[in-house]
Amino acid sequence: MIIFQVNGKERRVDVSPDTPLLWVLRENLGLSGSKFGCGEGLCGACTVHIDGIPERSCVTPVGDVQGKKVVTIEGIPENHPVKKAWLVQEVSQCGYCQPGQIMSAVALLKKKPKPNDADIDSAMSGNLCRCGTYGRIRRAIHAAGGNAAVKGGDKS
Amino acid sequence: MSEVTRMSRRQFMKTSALAGGGLLLACHLPFGILDAAATGEAGFAPNAFLRIGPDESVTVIVNKSEMGQGVYTSLPMLLAEELCCDWKRVTFQASPVAPEYNHTQFGPIMVTGGSTSVRSEWERLSLAGAAAREMLVAAAAQEWNVDPGSCRAKNGNVFGPGGKQLSFGKLAAKAAKMRLPKNPQLKSGAKILLGKPLHRLDSPTKINGTAVFGIDVTAPGMLTAVITRPPVFGGKVKSFDAVKALAVPGVKQVVAVDAGVAVVADGFWPAQKGRELLEIVWDEGEGATVSTPAMREEYARLSATPGMVARKDGDAAAVLSQAKQRFEVEYEVPYLAHATMEPLNCFVDLKQESCQVRTGSQFQTVDRNAAARVVGLKPEQVILETTFLGGGFGRRACTGSDFVIEASQVAKAVRQPVKVIRSREDDMRAGYYRPMWYDRIAACLDDKGMPLAWHHRIVGQSIIAGTPFESGMVKGGIDDTSVEGAANTPYAIPNLQVELHSPRNPVPVLWWRSVGHSHTAFVMESFLDELAHAAGKDPYQYRRKLLAKHPRTLKVLETAAKKAGWGKPLPAGHGMGIAVHESFGSFIAQVAQVSLDAKGNIKVHRVVCAVDCGRIVNPDTIKAQMESGITFGLSAALYGAITLKNGRVEQGNFDTYPLVRMQSMPPVEVHIIASSEPPGGVGEPGVPPIAPAVANALFAATGARLRSLPMTADKIKSALNKG
Repeated sequence: MIIFQVNGKERRVDVSPDTPLLWVLRENLGLSGSKFGCGEGLCGACTVHIDGIPERSCVTPVGDVQGKKVVTIEGIPENHPVKKAWLVQEVSQCGYCQPGQIMSAVALLKKKPKPNDADIDSAMSGNLCRCGTYGRIRRAIHAAGGNAAVKGGDKS
Repeated sequence: MSEVTRMSRRQFMKTSALAGGGLLLACHLPFGILDAAATGEAGFAPNAFLRIGPDESVTVIVNKSEMGQGVYTSLPMLLAEELCCDWKRVTFQASPVAPEYNHTQFGPIMVTGGSTSVRSEWERLSLAGAAAREMLVAAAAQEWNVDPGSCRAKNGNVFGPGGKQLSFGKLAAKAAKMRLPKNPQLKSGAKILLGKPLHRLDSPTKINGTAVFGIDVTAPGMLTAVITRPPVFGGKVKSFDAVKALAVPGVKQVVAVDAGVAVVADGFWPAQKGRELLEIVWDEGEGATVSTPAMREEYARLSATPGMVARKDGDAAAVLSQAKQRFEVEYEVPYLAHATMEPLNCFVDLKQESCQVRTGSQFQTVDRNAAARVVGLKPEQVILETTFLGGGFGRRACTGSDFVIEASQVAKAVRQPVKVIRSREDDMRAGYYRPMWYDRIAACLDDKGMPLAWHHRIVGQSIIAGTPFESGMVKGGIDDTSVEGAANTPYAIPNLQVELHSPRNPVPVLWWRSVGHSHTAFVMESFLDELAHAAGKDPYQYRRKLLAKHPRTLKVLETAAKKAGWGKPLPAGHGMGIAVHESFGSFIAQVAQVSLDAKGNIKVHRVVCAVDCGRIVNPDTIKAQMESGITFGLSAALYGAITLKNGRVEQGNFDTYPLVRMQSMPPVEVHIIASSEPPGGVGEPGVPPIAPAVANALFAATGARLRSLPMTADKIKSALNKG
């Protein structure tokens, strides 16, 4: 039995400890917001926080999170500044990578409330987006960090 | 609000009526043939695209797949504009598969593709909204016993003489009893919604993890399967031993399907572990002999021989034979994977007399019929539900319905709800690629330096040949998608000949975002740039001269150049390149500014894009699609290549098939040309110009002319050395 916390609640799962955390979240715990994209930690769609650090849940054996605190996209409050900025900047296209992008962005802003472009490059470089929402993600992170230069969406 | 419909149309009508929340009655255009109004307890559903509930809810039923392009917002906007409802009450629902939802231009199938969603639905959804508005007004007029002409609809209410007012929700039941207008009249005057950058209706569900993609579909008792496919295209299973795989806890069954060997388990991980222990003997057949370098040699050889003629103006060959100076070049682009972020997957629940398919499809009718054939049911017994698509780019409109067929075969074998998921490696290696192309062009200039003759041969597989669409889409041996963007070039070239070779081989090919244009724009716009430089002219001015008779193309070209500051001094080592291309009814020009980084890789600093896509629905969606097309095209221009060695695809994941990431994505500026022309597409046309814009900028910055994609540091180095 593996016991860990997910979004503030204790969860117990009886699975092989080598099972990636991603599949436990998705299949055993019904939290399908974390996405499968590559299975190799290359795309970031599966990003969750483990004890506050953004990690790729597709390459994290669930046995390794025994006793740890996991936060998924479902655990980010609806009124979180990052989510609000994502809506204002109208970031999402297909939306598949966005939960992972948001988890990386939330972790970045926690560590560095007013990141510069280089900080964003570095923190977000592990999250792929095939639709090409990078520019809007950058603006949303600046906006969520209270960067005064970014107001509202870049609408025509 | 985002929930995909989980009912067939019949069930849908019944349930809606029972729920008292509205009744849906299908209709066929033209509206004149409508013979009966929908009647419901309390709601109102005058046609297949709209339901108004007594609670004031306005549900627009969308027959296009949402894969990023924003159709769950743009199509409701079209209907709501004419309905005059309160936009805040509007929600969307994915339509079931039914004839009412077939494409208005592509024949009797439900499909999302060709950047046609807004273009093909504009009239139908506008009329659907107008008809409903007229019925609501008629209902109010009858209620008040006044002339309908004295009433008008606005923001979800009908207003009558003397300050009378009734909401759509209150009128819904009565409106359902009104005569369907034979000739609904579109509104005149200023638009309320169209042209405004409204927020997407689907965004909230996409940022909180509740949007249901195909891979998220689940059902009681559902099993998960992965399929091990032959290592080469066309290979077959000779024999297999599943004893070890079956010993993995959680693995339930191992079954052979046409695609390979499926390991069925109670979750993805045990299925993956099980497949690693499968022992399979393959019959690789001819597929093992396929290698892209050999294919390239064969294509090069073919390009030196006459092909089928796709365009002939004047006599290019004769003029070239007299020319004092000929420019002769070869261009090439590789196979490309769609690499949707959501790997392909499909859920199938097969029962005795029915079958439910839930997947992110762009090709619903074709996929549903394919599933029906596999499971031995009639198409109407198969219910296909369209989920959100984690990217499409054409891959989920598969002429071979591969991911639906394989899941249907597994379901038939296991007789339990089952979802087949492809790993990233499965997804990338199992094929359907943008074809590899090889082009040979010879050209000469007149005494003013303008192109006098252009003789162009294109070699590459047809994406249509051998599919059920061949008879309709291949004319006189020419697959138009192989030559689009070249055979119909707008440039004024008096002697122009475009020829095509369509060799066949076992590598499965398919439309890939912007289809033929993804290749032809690179070739046309790069070689034209070469000619401009050969003539000693500015490549922007050179294009302007050749486009004098194409005002829309010219306008985007000029806008992009102006906004980019074309001709102004740039930092040392930087260069600007320009490209313009028409596709899918839209005109796009892009200017890229690039330099080389310390490792000799291209660094794109900035992209300026001008787009004329005619009348517009949502300007922010258009901007987003331009940004998207540029990113997608940039990944191909800088990194993308699928190669085969001994029949095996050499790439498997994002380490070997890299995509643009945050740090390599330049800022993109989009300028939309105000236009009253008919609407054009926006999902695909942003892709074609970016590769040539970058290639032309590279030449401007360094003098290296790359005629081969992707533009890697090695190729740049070698081009510089050739100098």
